[in-house]
Amino acid sequence: MLRLDRVSKVYRVGSFGRERLHAVRDVGFEVRSGQVVALIGESGSGKSTIGKMVLGLTSITGGAITFEGTDVAGLRGHRAHKEYYRRVQGVFQDPFSSFNPVFPADRVFALIRAEYFPEVGEAEWRRRIEESLRVVRLDPAQVLGKYPHQLSGGQLQRILIARALLLDIRLLVADEVISMLDASTRIDVLNLLADLKARGMGILFVTHDLSLGNYVSDTAVILRRGAIAESGPADRVFTNPLHPYTRRLLSSVPRLHRTWAQADAELPADDGGCPVHGRAGAGDGSATLVEVEAGHFVGCAGDGEGGPCRPDPRA
Amino acid sequence: MSAQQVPGGPVPGEGVGAGPGEAAAVGAPRRGNETVYFALRNPKLLAGAVVVAVLLVAALAVPPFLGGSPNAYVGPQAQPPSAEFWFGTTNFGQDVFAQFVHGLRSTFLVGLLGGGIAALVGMVVGFVAGYRGGLVDEVLNMITNIVLVLPAMVVLIIAAAYLEARGILVQSLFIGLTSWPWAARAIRAQTLSLATRDFVDLARLSGRRAHAIIFREIAPNMSSYLFMTFILLFGGAILIAAGLDFIGLGPPQGVSLGLMMHSAVSWSALQLGMWWWFVPPGLGITAIVGSLYIMNVGLDEVFNPRLRET
Ligand SMILES: Nc1ncnc2c1ncn2[C@@H]1O[C@H](COP(=O)(O)OP(=O)(O)OP(=O)(O)O)[C@@H](O)[C@H]1O
Ligand SMILES: [Mg+2]
Repeated sequence: MLRLDRVSKVYRVGSFGRERLHAVRDVGFEVRSGQVVALIGESGSGKSTIGKMVLGLTSITGGAITFEGTDVAGLRGHRAHKEYYRRVQGVFQDPFSSFNPVFPADRVFALIRAEYFPEVGEAEWRRRIEESLRVVRLDPAQVLGKYPHQLSGGQLQRILIARALLLDIRLLVADEVISMLDASTRIDVLNLLADLKARGMGILFVTHDLSLGNYVSDTAVILRRGAIAESGPADRVFTNPLHPYTRRLLSSVPRLHRTWAQADAELPADDGGCPVHGRAGAGDGSATLVEVEAGHFVGCAGDGEGGPCRPDPRA
Repeated sequence: MSAQQVPGGPVPGEGVGAGPGEAAAVGAPRRGNETVYFALRNPKLLAGAVVVAVLLVAALAVPPFLGGSPNAYVGPQAQPPSAEFWFGTTNFGQDVFAQFVHGLRSTFLVGLLGGGIAALVGMVVGFVAGYRGGLVDEVLNMITNIVLVLPAMVVLIIAAAYLEARGILVQSLFIGLTSWPWAARAIRAQTLSLATRDFVDLARLSGRRAHAIIFREIAPNMSSYLFMTFILLFGGAILIAAGLDFIGLGPPQGVSLGLMMHSAVSWSALQLGMWWWFVPPGLGITAIVGSLYIMNVGLDEVFNPRLRET
């Protein structure tokens, strides 16, 4: 359904835009309908940039993104974009910046109605909004008519999810949608995502939290400095992590029954050098992925900036 | 200047309990009420508004009662103010008061038209440049900078000197078309920073067109800023028009405060001690422009919550 093919993004930064920042390099993966793909990586690894490129909000520097056969970068004009957004929606990372501060928060629903459902009657639309809000565990009476600054980040995030659900979408780009929710609401929203998935929706689930990535996703894509470090079926990636970066991420997930000292003690034992070039470490760190088992890809352990992978001193 | 306001802040008697259906309807007036509440308690804004309102009423309501042309020779020559001629008469026996109220009219008209045109051009250029970015921005920015560094007064003087039709409308048009650049730059800067906010992207995801995003999403976030821009352009247009009139490049048959000063000086009112001839127009211009600027400061306080508590 959604396919990314060696997608890269270069930002021009610095004065006069002379410096280049490779935010995303040669990223490729696929989201099928009824599938959740977790995009995992630390802060600044380019997750949101990928999300915005998929939504057609940021230009693509290289590669191609196709959704059901159409090239997203090739969408021209307002009408084409509008039709695209009828099928693909997103929830942004920062709920506070996603609402226009001078209007009540429920204006996001009004926009959807004005553009996509002008023919729907007042009462019917009210019903749809309330239903959609209940799906994300919000009490309509508590959030409708309020200004964004009168609502919490978690409430705002769920309003954005409810907004996306008003349209009959095929793909949802969910950028850290549960970062501001408490543990129990989090589970509610994750279950909601599982429901949506069961209904055939494809979800690109962006997160920096590995344990959550594990919970709903079918495929995991581990992003490191804009390039894929490891990708594959979620259960394989989590039970058999091959890239040292994935291992480090996994070992840094706090676990109830283990102290940090114990976790640290396990680290060196994990080490197997570069998964592509072995302990000798001769690769140049370029983003060539090798398939180690069916559908499970892993990249070179180089520093991600074109530097070589080195033999680990602990090895 | 901050483009963000905190809507619906701690307003006395703010009741939250609106049902979802009334949400949109309730939101706007509540915000409006708050602005009005602070506006009515701002002495600078009130004082400025009263002065402008009095002069505006004089300009609109008085001339019909006077009848006749303000330039008609109606009385004795060079008389100081009296019960019959409140502001005295000119060297030729024209009623200074009649000229003054008619002059106020054209002054307000120039301010409204010249300031309005400048605000319109400045807004369109600023919004489009800030929102579109890229090449469009670079081209518009270049045009803005060219107009900005043009010595506008010199251009106006040359244009006014060679133009046949020297009516007040043409004058306003020229003033409007030369005084927008600073407004465009200010609005562009504000738009640039607002356009990176996620709600703009969300509006795009909602299928909004670019102009709707600019005017219905971005502009409401800087409404106070736009209003103040217009006030400053309004005052600026009045000053430029007065300057042009004063150096004799105004509408030849018209009346304006600047033209009054021009004839007062041409006919040696200064040397003859005829203060009633040049003081009213001078004071009129000063009062309007000064009040507008004071209103601007007051508005700043009304719209910017951080300045309110002082
Ligand atoms: N508009 C922009 N202009 C220049 N650089 C940008 C821009 N947006 C993002 N970047 C840079 O691109 C890189 C990736 O940013 P991105 O927002 O995609 O990270 P992220 O993975 O979403 O991080 P986080 O988990 O903190 O949200 C960062 O180094 C960031 O500084
Ligand atoms: Mg992000």
